Amino acid sequence: MVEAEKRHTVTIEINGIRRTLEVESRKLLVHLIRDDLGLTGTHIGCDTSQCGACTVEIDGQATKSCTVLAVMADGASITTIEGVSPAGSPLDPVQTAFHEHHALQCGFCTPGMIMSVRQLLRAHPDPSEDDIRHGIAGNICRCTGYHNIVRAVESLVAKG
Amino acid sequence: MNATVLPYIGQPLKRREDFKFLTGKGRYVDDIRLPGMLHMAIARSPHAHAIIKNVDLGAAKAAPGVRLALSGQDLQGKIGPIVPNWVMPGTKVPFRPVVAIDRVRFVGECVALVVAETQAQAYDAVGLIDVDYEMLPAVIDEEAAIGPDAPQLHDNVPGNITTVYKVRGGDYAMAAREADQVLKLRLVNNRLIPTCMETRSVVAAPEPDGTLTVYMPSQVPHMHRRWIAETVGIPEHLLRVVAPDIGGGFGAKMHLYPEELLCPHLARELGAPVKWWESRSESHQSTNHGRAHTENIEVAIKNDGIILGLKVETLGNVGAYLSNMASGGPTVNTVNFGTGNYRIANYEATSRVVVTNTVPVDAYRGYGRPEGAYIAERAIDAVARHLNLDQVEIRRKNFIQLADFPYRPYGGMAVIYDSGNYQGLLDKALAAFNYDARRNERDTLRRNGIYRGIGVAAYTHMCGMAPSRRLALIGFDRGGWESARVAIDSSGRATVYSGSMSQGHGHVTSLSQIAADVLQIPIESIDVIQGDTRQVQAGHGTFNSRSMAVGGSSLHVCSQRIVAKAKKMAAGMLEVDEKDIAYAAGRFSVPGTDIAPLAFGKVARMAYVGHKLPDGVTPGLDETVFYDPTGMSAPSGVHLAYVEVDPETGIVDIIDYVAVDDVGTLINPLLAAGQIHGGVVQGIAQALYEEVSYDPDSGQLLTGSLLDYAVPRAEHVPSITSLFQETPSPTNPIGVKGIGESGSIAAPPCMVHAVLDALSPFGISHLDMPLTPPRIWAAVQSARNGAGQ
Repeated sequence: MVEAEKRHTVTIEINGIRRTLEVESRKLLVHLIRDDLGLTGTHIGCDTSQCGACTVEIDGQATKSCTVLAVMADGASITTIEGVSPAGSPLDPVQTAFHEHHALQCGFCTPGMIMSVRQLLRAHPDPSEDDIRHGIAGNICRCTGYHNIVRAVESLVAKG
Repeated sequence: MNATVLPYIGQPLKRREDFKFLTGKGRYVDDIRLPGMLHMAIARSPHAHAIIKNVDLGAAKAAPGVRLALSGQDLQGKIGPIVPNWVMPGTKVPFRPVVAIDRVRFVGECVALVVAETQAQAYDAVGLIDVDYEMLPAVIDEEAAIGPDAPQLHDNVPGNITTVYKVRGGDYAMAAREADQVLKLRLVNNRLIPTCMETRSVVAAPEPDGTLTVYMPSQVPHMHRRWIAETVGIPEHLLRVVAPDIGGGFGAKMHLYPEELLCPHLARELGAPVKWWESRSESHQSTNHGRAHTENIEVAIKNDGIILGLKVETLGNVGAYLSNMASGGPTVNTVNFGTGNYRIANYEATSRVVVTNTVPVDAYRGYGRPEGAYIAERAIDAVARHLNLDQVEIRRKNFIQLADFPYRPYGGMAVIYDSGNYQGLLDKALAAFNYDARRNERDTLRRNGIYRGIGVAAYTHMCGMAPSRRLALIGFDRGGWESARVAIDSSGRATVYSGSMSQGHGHVTSLSQIAADVLQIPIESIDVIQGDTRQVQAGHGTFNSRSMAVGGSSLHVCSQRIVAKAKKMAAGMLEVDEKDIAYAAGRFSVPGTDIAPLAFGKVARMAYVGHKLPDGVTPGLDETVFYDPTGMSAPSGVHLAYVEVDPETGIVDIIDYVAVDDVGTLINPLLAAGQIHGGVVQGIAQALYEEVSYDPDSGQLLTGSLLDYAVPRAEHVPSITSLFQETPSPTNPIGVKGIGESGSIAAPPCMVHAVLDALSPFGISHLDMPLTPPRIWAAVQSARNGAGQ
């Protein structure tokens, strides 16, 4: 068997639930999340780590899950969009702000964008417009022109 | 039921469909997993032009998990060919197999396929396919392709020209004679990649009842059902096309691609679901590109800035084969609109549709209208620059006037601008932009060596191609109608089935607003179903900014029929004459009497028990309408941009952007502004950042991934002021005009004008898009050297 197809055991905490899985060496974390765990809210928009649609939180840090091999996530705690506001709990303020400001159209970039905005606000509680635009520069949106995403984030800053 | 219902049309309602997308519950085709599902992967041509001498599938077939490996030869006579849906009269249509048989004509063309148990196995096996090619010379550029020694792509397309289209109005030759000057321009409309964030994907699944379900992100599900049926040879009644949530379309998801034919065919052959998913880099060489024109223009002018005539020669590069609408884009959609918002009585345009060894080119947000507006706007701006006239005043002077509407430009028959008020748009835009102050600021800063520029662009176009019978004249093999069904259930809730197809537009919200106003019921009582040919009766889908003007009007008329029928039923229940009944806020009342009003829900309940139906009234409250518009709506707008250019780096900083658009009656101002923001940024992207590059000799695609193709990020674009003027369209019952394409039409010329204005102190009067830093820097250097600095 070639190295790429060798299987490894990984244990991760995904949205608060501990899971142990067998994965090939070459499997990307995004494929583990989508294909093995069935969490399809994390999307794949490119193959060069440019678009940010696959952004999740790994140990509290927003990360493009296509840049991480599944085996590298062994022992990590991962939050996907499905874990941001689990069934029965209210929406995260970022999710609410996106709705209020029409910051999404097709919705494909939205989960990754929300993860990056959460990261931005953790690192930068009071960002300027330039800070916001720089903070979400790793995520491509083709529908909104970013205008209303920036407004949504600004509304969270204003609320303090 | 609420006693009062707001007029919903005109309200900036937040979207009803947001929740699933915000929480990761959107369902796109790639999210579909079916038991026993197999995966297809494609072997693509690495060469721009070559003869296929042999395809060796042996190793691929023997690879782990592989169920099937096929070449074009294996599929010959079984499925295909792929034929275009819009064939302009006189067009020579090249033969396009689903998978190349003996010759490849662009980098990325399908040459073989593998079906395996996992996607990884399918990719691995594709790597084992060995194709023996004999290279042929390739041609990439549309001007080179029509040259005498150019490589020929198709035997039946001599000179690589599939279509020649001419428009004439007035007498251009006379205008040129009477002109004080004739100005010449050559414009390149750069080739773009639509870049929907969701790439294409197909899942074809055989069902136990012998039917086949095809899941695909289709802007046009019913048309795809017809095209797949006809091309694969499956009777249409056995085919169900489902378009779930779509991650953006922009025109790229309304064509017929090989993979959409292969998955259905292979699923039937193998008796199992077959899935194909397009990687981003694969998308760059397999999903249609946009634009790719060269235009040569002559403008016949008087020295006071009046334009007497315009002559246009368009070359539209459509890639290696004629995609779905490819013969219509550079022709009807472009040169018909070459005179823009201006009274130009003498017009002469010729468009040639040219095949080259590149990815096929087809509709991308605006399709032809951005190219047309670019002709008109760049021409009038060049005239202003040349005559040293004010860029605003020259537009005022040449604008079509309020009293001119409905207006037929250059006296032709094909184009009618139904309504508009361009002076009003311009005044509103100038005020919002603070034009006079900005102009003074620009002039002051310029004296201090800071190079700022103001750009202006106006546009108009036509959307919602119709009526159906007119489409026959241009070889467009579809109708101009849209269908709507409104089904009221026995509790009084409404389900709307619309043939339009949202790809992020927010139709669940906007269509509900239309239905709620006519039905006079709360919006929460309305559900919207789209994108399933088994549920939705019929349709044409969403393109050409048609959803509200045509799909929305269809729903409007259909909802009126529901009310009309319910009124008859209410008359029976209240035992009064139908004409004495008034209907408002969900209640049937008899004004001037003490008869208690009857709620809509009560009538709905009765409609399904049928106990008190008046004579001649059938049970049920369920209506379907096929609405064929009598004409097309013409949105318009004026956009202004303010930029600063750093001559030492060539970097453009966009300081402000103001868009004032007239899209008729606004259904939802929040969603409308969202369409403008997105469209403008796609237009800014064309003007400043994006361009598909091919190596001109080898035909290799150089912008093969998102690493090389510059889709703008948040930090590359400004906030946008979006304002509206409402001049209702007389062509439909709502008064609405199209909006989706407005931004991407207006922004490219607006941005180019702003940059050229900033660079005017250097004597630079022309640059082609995209205005990247190296291009601007080189122009500044060359201007300085030329000036002896």
